[in-house]
Amino acid sequence: MGGLQQSYQPDVEYSLTLAEISRCCGATTEQILVLTTEGILSPRGVNPRDWRFGSADLGRALSALRLERDLGVNAAGAALAIELLDEMQQLRDRVRRLETMLYER
Amino acid sequence: MDYKDYYSVMGVARDATQDEIKRAYRKLARKFHPDVSKAADAERRFKELGEAYEVLKDPEKRAAYDQLGRNWQAGQDFRPPPDWGAGFEFTGGVGDTAGAAGFSDFFESLFGRGAGFQSPGFSRAAQSPGRGEDHHSRIDISLEDAFNGATISLQLRVPEYDLQGHLSEHLRKLQVKVPRGVTSGKRIRLTGQGGAGYKGGPAGDLYLEVWLRPHALYKVEGKNVFINLPITPWEAALGGKVKVPTLGGKVDLNIGAGARSGQKLRLKGRGLPVAGEPPGDQFAVLQIMAPPADNAEKRALYEKMAHEMSFNPRAQMGG
Repeated sequence: MGGLQQSYQPDVEYSLTLAEISRCCGATTEQILVLTTEGILSPRGVNPRDWRFGSADLGRALSALRLERDLGVNAAGAALAIELLDEMQQLRDRVRRLETMLYER
Repeated sequence: MDYKDYYSVMGVARDATQDEIKRAYRKLARKFHPDVSKAADAERRFKELGEAYEVLKDPEKRAAYDQLGRNWQAGQDFRPPPDWGAGFEFTGGVGDTAGAAGFSDFFESLFGRGAGFQSPGFSRAAQSPGRGEDHHSRIDISLEDAFNGATISLQLRVPEYDLQGHLSEHLRKLQVKVPRGVTSGKRIRLTGQGGAGYKGGPAGDLYLEVWLRPHALYKVEGKNVFINLPITPWEAALGGKVKVPTLGGKVDLNIGAGARSGQKLRLKGRGLPVAGEPPGDQFAVLQIMAPPADNAEKRALYEKMAHEMSFNPRAQMGG
């Protein structure tokens, strides 16, 4: 059975249209438009018809939608939370590195 | 199945008001939300919380739950009483609160199996008819695999709803060729590997969020890689060439005379490769190691230094 396992080649660089990212997140295009207006998402392209969202946008959209749904915050609140969480993650990585480098010997 | 104490999950008294319950939910939801909390059990706690709130926020469900009595202990083996549900009417299916998969068996035995959950990324309702849903999951890879690229075997737990709307899971194994230069937080896409299409429509896609496992030797920050590099006091004082391990193999590093502990030396481009960007750098952080004076000759050498070198590292401290 194990030998039948197929091996898949993923796309690393891909871009999603407004309709595609909405479907992928289980959201409406209006919700994605609002997230973009709040600056949570930064698609390439000038008008919504030409927008192309990348992999990082997808992660942020999923996070923002979960925060909105579960915590009762609006898009602006989700935007603030996501920016603070990004910053916390960077600080966490840095603290972890500095700590292990200081104490590992 | 195990009895669940929803009041203790939410940390409220049995006579808490609906306002108190809502406040407790908001507070705990912020604390355990998997997008916010980094605690290992955040996801489980958050799911438990969502289930407890689903019951306690709804006066009908709460009254029915209260009717079970106060004598149950969390985790105690539970079977619903024979006359269960008489006189109560539960409106609607399961709401849209937290939780990406189903609630517990305990919940389902009391309130029935709800119609699944509308969770971003786990939505059952396809937006365009025919096409299967997109699925999201996570893949953990080692730093070496991120650097070199690798084929990773993956086991996915795929939730499935049967015709009656019952939720079950099956294991799906697949192999993914992760290309070189995929770093933490990146989402890679497997076209057509998501949910099956409806009525012959195309399948959805599978998105995998990549996570790097921590490494014993290398510490990663973004695309830069850090390593502690131990050197001898004479290498530090006189300078010299030393071998440094990097993800791409050993390289020579020139240490200038008068090097200090904690000094960061950059190996340009020796960090993680990133598609469409210049690669990260590796930084070697110098650590001067003093050899132990574990025999007479070494002790004599140290004593000679103590006599002949006038060196006071504490001069700045007035020591």
